[in-house]
Amino acid sequence: MTTTEPAPDTTEEERPIGFGRLLRKEDPRLIRGMGNFVDDISLDGMLHLAILRSPVAHARIVSIDTSAAEAHPKVVAVITGEDLAAQGLAWMPTLSNDTQAVLATDKVRFQHQEVAFVVAEDRYSARDALELIDVEYDWLDPVVDVRTALDADVPVIRDDLDGKTDNHIFDWETGDEAATNAVFDSADVVVSEEIIYPRVHPAPMETCGCVADVERVSGQLTLWCTSQAPHAHRTVYALVAGLPEHKIRVIAPDIGGGFGNKVPIYPGYVCAIVASLVIGKPVKWMEDRTENLVSTGFARDYVMNADIAATKEGKILAVRTNVLADHGAFNGVAAPTKYPAGFFGVFTGSYDLEAAYAKMTAVYTNKAPGGVAYACSFRITEAVYLVERIVDCLAHELDMDPAELRLKNFIKPDQFPYETKTGWVYDSGDYEPAMRKAMEMAGYDELRREQAEKRERGELMGIGVSFFTEAVGAGPRKDMDILGLGMADGCELRIHPTGKAVVRLSVKTQGQGHETTFAQIVAEEIGIPPEDIEVVHGDTDNTPFGLGTYGSRSTPVSGAAAALVTRKVRDKAQIIASGMLEVSVADLQWDKGAFSVKGDPTKSVTIQDIAMRAHGAGDLPDGLEGGLEAQICYNPENLTYPFGAYICVVDIDPDTAVVKVRRFIAVDDCGTQINPMIIEGQVHGGLADGVGMAMMEMIAFDEDGNCLGGSLMDYLIPTALETPDWETGHTVTPSPHHPIGAKGIGESATVGSPPAVVNAIVDALKPYGIRHADMPLTPSRVWEAMQGNHTPPI
Amino acid sequence: MQVTMTINGQEVSEEIEPRLLLVHFIRDQLGLTGTHWGCDTSNCGTCVVLIDGEPVKSCTQLAAMASGHDITTVEGLEVDGELDPVQEGFMQCHGLQCGFCTPGMMLTARALLNADPDPSEEVIREAISGQICRCTGYSTIVRSIQWAADHETDVSVGSAS
Ligand code: FES
Ligand code: FES
Repeated sequence: MTTTEPAPDTTEEERPIGFGRLLRKEDPRLIRGMGNFVDDISLDGMLHLAILRSPVAHARIVSIDTSAAEAHPKVVAVITGEDLAAQGLAWMPTLSNDTQAVLATDKVRFQHQEVAFVVAEDRYSARDALELIDVEYDWLDPVVDVRTALDADVPVIRDDLDGKTDNHIFDWETGDEAATNAVFDSADVVVSEEIIYPRVHPAPMETCGCVADVERVSGQLTLWCTSQAPHAHRTVYALVAGLPEHKIRVIAPDIGGGFGNKVPIYPGYVCAIVASLVIGKPVKWMEDRTENLVSTGFARDYVMNADIAATKEGKILAVRTNVLADHGAFNGVAAPTKYPAGFFGVFTGSYDLEAAYAKMTAVYTNKAPGGVAYACSFRITEAVYLVERIVDCLAHELDMDPAELRLKNFIKPDQFPYETKTGWVYDSGDYEPAMRKAMEMAGYDELRREQAEKRERGELMGIGVSFFTEAVGAGPRKDMDILGLGMADGCELRIHPTGKAVVRLSVKTQGQGHETTFAQIVAEEIGIPPEDIEVVHGDTDNTPFGLGTYGSRSTPVSGAAAALVTRKVRDKAQIIASGMLEVSVADLQWDKGAFSVKGDPTKSVTIQDIAMRAHGAGDLPDGLEGGLEAQICYNPENLTYPFGAYICVVDIDPDTAVVKVRRFIAVDDCGTQINPMIIEGQVHGGLADGVGMAMMEMIAFDEDGNCLGGSLMDYLIPTALETPDWETGHTVTPSPHHPIGAKGIGESATVGSPPAVVNAIVDALKPYGIRHADMPLTPSRVWEAMQGNHTPPI
Repeated sequence: MQVTMTINGQEVSEEIEPRLLLVHFIRDQLGLTGTHWGCDTSNCGTCVVLIDGEPVKSCTQLAAMASGHDITTVEGLEVDGELDPVQEGFMQCHGLQCGFCTPGMMLTARALLNADPDPSEEVIREAISGQICRCTGYSTIVRSIQWAADHETDVSVGSAS
């Protein structure tokens, strides 16, 4: 079987850019167990690193005794924060220009913070030796509740920061406060609700880790690492550790899921690099599941007070919100510098409003750092949840159908490009057809009739609707950078003499199928079959610079780069063809893979002929260099704005409060489609995330700051039993500024599905007079809501 | 201590630490890295192998307990260059994205089809419910296993016989 054979159910409609539903190039190795994940790497003489973590959330370190651990026969080194401080490496910058302890020196600031590490000859011995380290702590009161973090009498967590006297990180606002308040003051209807998006975790199946190998003589560092952004990571290592950038090679091999969890730089990576540097041998650090859940990039943790203003006929006028953001002990948010709240500014959703205003306060607490992860599109998950929940609350108050209310308020197709009241310019959209299609697929009216009958009989059935607009594909670089690195992406294409090609990307797949879809983009533009195109990625020595894969930015940014670099190569091919056919460039026409003379199609040369000529003997047209290759760096002019309409149907057992997701219908519009099979897969995965967050997932803490979600026994992820057979559909509204009109799809469903599930559950509970209930809606929390004592999840 | 077992049809005999988990024995000592590890609590199922034809989480067993038994890992699914229909099904139906859960899912599927050649969707979902996939949302995994059931030849890799 070749990969160009379309899979059996391909339809013409599903082949928008030529190759459509192509089977994946990644799969043959992965289904044979021949993937190469970080923990699969084993080098000669490789040592193993394990990290000692704090058992408490907030404490001063009084002393650390490592002597017993050092005496362990298989231990090679034990390193503490003091040792790192001596090298100036105890602290590192975070992706939001804060600092984070690599190993704690003065005090620990969250439970499971890194305190020391052991390097030993094998995995088990390294962990054994952790037990031999004796640390004496002087306990401090922890700050756990975000609502009291700014109170006058609470301890200051970040006393390491000069002059810091409170736990405040930043205030941020967007929109016009006065204009918004004026609309609210004169509105017929105002609905307010406190909406909490609890702390959740991306929990990819592969945890984070690395193998660091510093070559003693040359000083060359090779780091195999679970990184979604190898180039950005390399530059940060150069800046932090002072290592010369040309002596650092970051390789992200196969990655077992990322979802944003593998964007930040974690202390463990730095520890492994230091260990290899000091010991002169390769060092592997692979965290266990608990370490992954309790210490690496969490997501969300927003307390949002939302207000919506409308006329009594249901015309939405304005949305206003005040947000308290829990960032944990270090501000480790991976968001563009000018966007400390990520892209939360799109909380105006898909609606044509008169005014909007948001204000946010971010604070430190004694919890793990992070905040932007779990397929959130830089906080659009929170924004969409906010607006889609409060719109449903409005529907409840007006006693209007939630689908009708949305249809009434959508931005209309002729309003695009549409500038929102918070300054975002939506490039394109056509919302009503997507909504109508989802309703038709669901049999919406029939479902409502069924619900009415069931309510008569005391049965609990809910239908939840959500509609989202995403903003993905960061840059443009004039507005967006991370630690001063502009959010653009490079791409390089080389056509070999025999007409085969290699395309090198700055982004990195974690399961999204880049090796397939990028070959398809190039194939579409230059007519070389996808199986003849090798996609190289995830290796800084072999790919051009760029900011990596997160925020659904690969297709909008790097995909555009791939299309444009191919067009650049094609332009050169056209000049070579004009020489070969002895006509002017203007007299040639392109037809998927060959140039022919206009009016005489028998005179033509294929791209393979041209490739050989480009590298072969004989002269090329005047002034043209040999070879057939190009490199570009693509700086997007705007974000792209995918959207979608989701409908969820649930049944709740009134005796046990167990929620069953019966159906889930998702209509997505990601612009031009590349590979519909992969798009469907991306959507399915995100829908499962949505069911997880809405009904199961939460990283909780007790009042002492102990993390209660530290294993997959406590942090529940949906299995095949909690998820339905997804029903997907699509509409196609191409992006006007993307070279192939594509918009990105990786996170749409994670963004759009949680409100659909929660809206469905709340809708089912309508007979109990319930208008809002907070995630995760586990049976016990649904039961509490039914008894009238639903408590916030913090 | 010494353990002896059959892995993918080949007998292996190794000196091990008594506390060594089967998953680490397979991955680190035998170098068969297709079997993955993903949690500390036997919840994820990325480590599933077949022991005498039954799917078992290899992180919950000591290597010593597997001594004398017949183990099949993902590397043993392809026989003489012929893919198992389950492997083919996962490719055809996009049953994998990152591929981390895939070896375990495929081995469970193989054991299921050996016992029940025509399982319903419900039976398939039940069979894989001890395993987590964070990427696919499961529908395509179900379809992959159905595809394999529809294309089953006389393959019975990993069966107890
Ligand atoms: S490693 Fe998670 S169940 Fe075995
Ligand atoms: S394919 Fe990634 S966890 Fe299943």
